[in-house]
Amino acid sequence: MTGRHEVGARQGGIPAARRGGIRAAWRVLTVGGVISFRGLFNWLNPYIYVPTMLVSPIFQILLFVYIGRSAGVGSDSFYLIGNAVQYASIPCLFAMANTIAGERWMQTLGIVLSTPANRVALFIGRSLPVIANGWFVATFSLFAGARVLGVDLPVSAWPGIALTIAIASASCTGLGLLQAALALRVRSTAVLSNVVFGVLLVFTGTNVALDTVPEWMASAGRLMPLTHAIEACREIVAGASLSAVAPLLLREAGLGAVFAVLGLAALRWVEAQSRRHATLELQ
Amino acid sequence: MSGLARAVRVLAVGWVLQLKILAVSAFDGILNIVYPLFFATCALLMFRQNGDPQTLVYAGLGAAVMGTWSAMATSASGALQGQRWQGTLELLVTAPTRVALAVLPITAALATVALYSLVATLIWGRVLFGIEVAIVSPVGFAVALLVTLVSLATFGFLLSVTVVRYRTGWALGNLLEYPGWLLCGFLVPLDLFPEWVRWIARALPPTWGMDAIRAAAAGRDPWFDTAVCAGLGIGYAALGAFLSERLIDSARRHATLALT
Repeated sequence: MTGRHEVGARQGGIPAARRGGIRAAWRVLTVGGVISFRGLFNWLNPYIYVPTMLVSPIFQILLFVYIGRSAGVGSDSFYLIGNAVQYASIPCLFAMANTIAGERWMQTLGIVLSTPANRVALFIGRSLPVIANGWFVATFSLFAGARVLGVDLPVSAWPGIALTIAIASASCTGLGLLQAALALRVRSTAVLSNVVFGVLLVFTGTNVALDTVPEWMASAGRLMPLTHAIEACREIVAGASLSAVAPLLLREAGLGAVFAVLGLAALRWVEAQSRRHATLELQ
Repeated sequence: MSGLARAVRVLAVGWVLQLKILAVSAFDGILNIVYPLFFATCALLMFRQNGDPQTLVYAGLGAAVMGTWSAMATSASGALQGQRWQGTLELLVTAPTRVALAVLPITAALATVALYSLVATLIWGRVLFGIEVAIVSPVGFAVALLVTLVSLATFGFLLSVTVVRYRTGWALGNLLEYPGWLLCGFLVPLDLFPEWVRWIARALPPTWGMDAIRAAAAGRDPWFDTAVCAGLGIGYAALGAFLSERLIDSARRHATLALT
């Protein structure tokens, strides 16, 4: 991205070479992120997107609402919120794993990893559209699920809900980054994503309040993305203000950041290992 | 060799071959056993809050059979697409036998994996939740289970041939997973649903199979439900065989078998 003629020139105290590097990283982050999302996340095909992202979450919500009614526990609102927010994990986990698996499938993984692109910009850029999509899927699920079940979600609660779901999607995408690192070594990324989804379903208080499960499960759940966001969302719908749930949202965002940093570090390390052991192209 | 013997041989050899393929498949083999366990765990944790041991037994048995639907709906829908990806769909279709006989072993093998899923979930419920599913009528239970699995295989066969020209059939299969879990009476009694939903549920073989399995476990008469389940299974097999000839013939005629 840096022209030869620019080297050595200075503008505003920033060396031209560094300025060019920042511009290149910005392009990788924005343009590269959007292009790779469109190219690699083949679920954007409406024949896949509609059944998988828009209809399935409604049925997941209905399944647990009816199991709750059958067992005589919980309320419709409890299961609606838990499952809608938890469903953000499907687009976030699968899309992030696809950033590696998709490249491998297209036989472009080696090309991508041999470019001198800034790795943080590369992977954060790929995360941003994923977060936006996760937010849309979970918000749509909550809205549509509430309409189907006749659950009243106050209009005043929606800004807080939207913010909470955005943080939940970002946090889950952080975990997705860690999973993307694993995808460099694991061939069956779909299996991996499904298993992580299942673990989140059981441990994050989606369908069973954490104070009713064994302590070790609750402790494990509090270290996972979505747990605090689901709790915050339930409190917001119950009438809590944003400031009241701020500690929960901060914990959720903090966890997401930790997972993202771990993911980026793991990506760097596994990439080096994969080059050394010639295991980039696993298939 | 008579025609019937040849058909049985094709089915048996195909079933063994497909079972071997599934045994080493992380997605269709292992995940089909593990994935329903997460949902079963959630359901059992929910029912445990109720505090009634009888409802936990009800849920334990239902959660175990729930996985059988999962194996079938998701994987059968993508079965022919899988053959397409592997480049073997044309070979399967041009084999000197009926298409039904070449495709049915795939879903029969999936039904066998479903049996593994069922046993795994029963053990899971016993070890983690202490659920002891007492079976008063073992013979009735075994027959009901077998008929349920065979009916699921024929239902899966119908599903797989119906979506042969739908490139993303697996997404349809994913979509069917939750409604099947919801409607077949695994964990939710049908009387919680409106009448029109119950009619849909009654058209699905596992609904009757689940009733028969519960009846046999409780010592009630399972034979009527088993017979209806078997009848539906035969019906779906006949419909699948009929459609397989026409849909695949049409795909060949329009050169859309490969779809790529």
